[in-house]
Amino acid sequence: MRFKNILGLLCAASISVLLAGNASAQQTVKIGGLFPLSGNAASTGVHTKAALEVAMDIINNAHPELGNFPLAKNAGLAGLGGAKVEVVFADNQGSPATGQNQALRLITEEKVAAITGAYQSGITLTASAIAEKYGIPFVNGESVAANLTERGFKWFFRTTPVASDFAKIYFDFLKDMKAAGAKTDSVAMVHDNTEYGTSVATVITSVFKENGQNAPLDIAYAANATDVQSQVLQLKEKKPDVVIMITYTSDAILFAKTMQALDYKPAMLLADDAGYSDPSFIKAVGKLSVGAFNRSSWSVGPPGSPTALIAEMYKKKSGDEMDDTAARQMQGFFVLCDAIDRAGSTDPAKIQAALKATDLKPDQLMMGYKGVKFDEKGQNILAAGVIIQLQDGENYVAVWPKASAQKEPVLPYKGW
Amino acid sequence: MSTILVQVIVGGLLLGAIYALFSSGLTLVWGMMNIVNFAHGDFVMLGMYVAFVVYTLLGAGPLLGAPLAVLVLATLGVVVYFALIREIMKGPMLAQILGTFGLALLLRYSVFWWFGANFLTLPENIVGGTFDIWGLRIQASRLLAGGVALLVTLGLHLLLTRTSLGSKMLAVAEDSTAAQLMGIRPDTMQAIAWAIAAGATGLAGALIATFFYIVPTVGETLGIVAFVTVSLGGFGSVPGALVAGLLIGVIESLSAYLIGAVYKDIVVYSLFLGFLWFRPQGLMGKM
Repeated sequence: MRFKNILGLLCAASISVLLAGNASAQQTVKIGGLFPLSGNAASTGVHTKAALEVAMDIINNAHPELGNFPLAKNAGLAGLGGAKVEVVFADNQGSPATGQNQALRLITEEKVAAITGAYQSGITLTASAIAEKYGIPFVNGESVAANLTERGFKWFFRTTPVASDFAKIYFDFLKDMKAAGAKTDSVAMVHDNTEYGTSVATVITSVFKENGQNAPLDIAYAANATDVQSQVLQLKEKKPDVVIMITYTSDAILFAKTMQALDYKPAMLLADDAGYSDPSFIKAVGKLSVGAFNRSSWSVGPPGSPTALIAEMYKKKSGDEMDDTAARQMQGFFVLCDAIDRAGSTDPAKIQAALKATDLKPDQLMMGYKGVKFDEKGQNILAAGVIIQLQDGENYVAVWPKASAQKEPVLPYKGW
Repeated sequence: MSTILVQVIVGGLLLGAIYALFSSGLTLVWGMMNIVNFAHGDFVMLGMYVAFVVYTLLGAGPLLGAPLAVLVLATLGVVVYFALIREIMKGPMLAQILGTFGLALLLRYSVFWWFGANFLTLPENIVGGTFDIWGLRIQASRLLAGGVALLVTLGLHLLLTRTSLGSKMLAVAEDSTAAQLMGIRPDTMQAIAWAIAAGATGLAGALIATFFYIVPTVGETLGIVAFVTVSLGGFGSVPGALVAGLLIGVIESLSAYLIGAVYKDIVVYSLFLGFLWFRPQGLMGKM
């Protein structure tokens, strides 16, 4: 009994020390960062964490070498008297229910001013509903499921291009490839049954139909598969000209390995970001996926440019090259911090108003968007992207459209 | 029959043998002491990481990785038995379930902390690439795992039915007080059972690592299949797990190919539930 009393006193003492410490600290703006830090998408979540830590470094410390990049020049947020930004990371464990609980905790216990996250579309869906209920801004830089901005939410803002933008890009890209002599008449989509996989597949199907082309062959499977031989054999039998892969990392690796084992190569393989952009995918099976096309809005840019410097900082922090997913998340975070800076306050309503007034130009961004400007649904109407190709099995290069291409696209898909 | 359909069935059989391989340890622990080891999938995961470490440090394939995985996991099995299982067996059923579940999370996040969240793989040709027999593609790594699955099943079955060690272990499983009166030490027998079960699981992990990805959460993906295999085969029956594994592998592959991969789990699990309705003890289990 006595031991318990002492323990209680110690706890009380440490709590009061913590509280006192907090009160005397310099003003900080707390932002919730909700990401898959464990579970099957943890490799993405860990890279995101590194990306946001680099972003915090850029915002909280003076980085004159980044030129006119927003929030870089001086230390902290000028609009809030140099206040520092602190991300409170929360783990969504790859589960929509956990994501929702964590969003609630961030808002009610951590008292964050805004939230960014949550990578998987299905989790962004549930977590942002909590933010909406509590009137806290939720800025998403990476989830592409169309319906996220179709819910009439007032507190949800999304900077990334979405599935419909990319479906259009794929369609135009395939048309150009056809004009250049490639066969692109029959298309198959391989996708998982998550919010992400099904919504992207649905959007691609409708864009193809609207443009008078046959609906792609649909090969759906349950995410985190133990085996994908049957799916690959279905492809082998149907012989589509183009295969579009819409999968997270674990399944993407399994598909690449199984395609090699069963000696199957489509003439063209086009990946929808996600798993194919994960650095650990490229390290694990990049050499089995030579010639894979992918979408991206990220490009390192010439040496000395802000993007090249950011990429360098990121590599130092994470040990990996910057990938499109981490970069889009980082961009979303910068847009949020820029809005807080302009709002000059941590009041959610003022941040919301500042987000609505966002009008960033291409030279103020690290991504290849035409700008950031939100419509009334909260979707960035100036988001854009390019097609990249894994030509050497190690690094992606931009190949389409011509204006942003570093190299010519190479066909057919080489595989291994 | 088209070549592709044959390929689906052969692929399913090999897959099933692998399911059986990583289920045998689970069924053995159940048969010996009525404990469901929820950390089973994470034992498989540890076996995979042993194979990976052996490859990165020594450049060696499963020829060295697999025996080392057996050794490491068998040791872990004994440690886990004395440090955790022996104690929680005295508690209520719920404590047993949560105890091994806690162990699962401990193992998973220790590996996560040490190795990070990145997906790792072993080189494709670490066990001699892929055979092409009249258009039929067979991966050497899967063939090896399938062959070892048969040997492990046979070995465990013979151990339990034909040796005095097996009889002693079964005696403890049946009635540990009576066994003690006959001069058998229940602790020793059960520790041996854990060593064998964990060792077999480590072996499975090291072999699966040659064709699967390696990540700290891989036990979650594989663990569930092991539970289904074991309950279909009959808890505690090693040959049952083999037959059940083969069945599940073939049914999964065929239904994924013929109906669609997104429906295969519906097919497998409704057949599974339907079967348990008629035979709750599983294919070869005892009531």
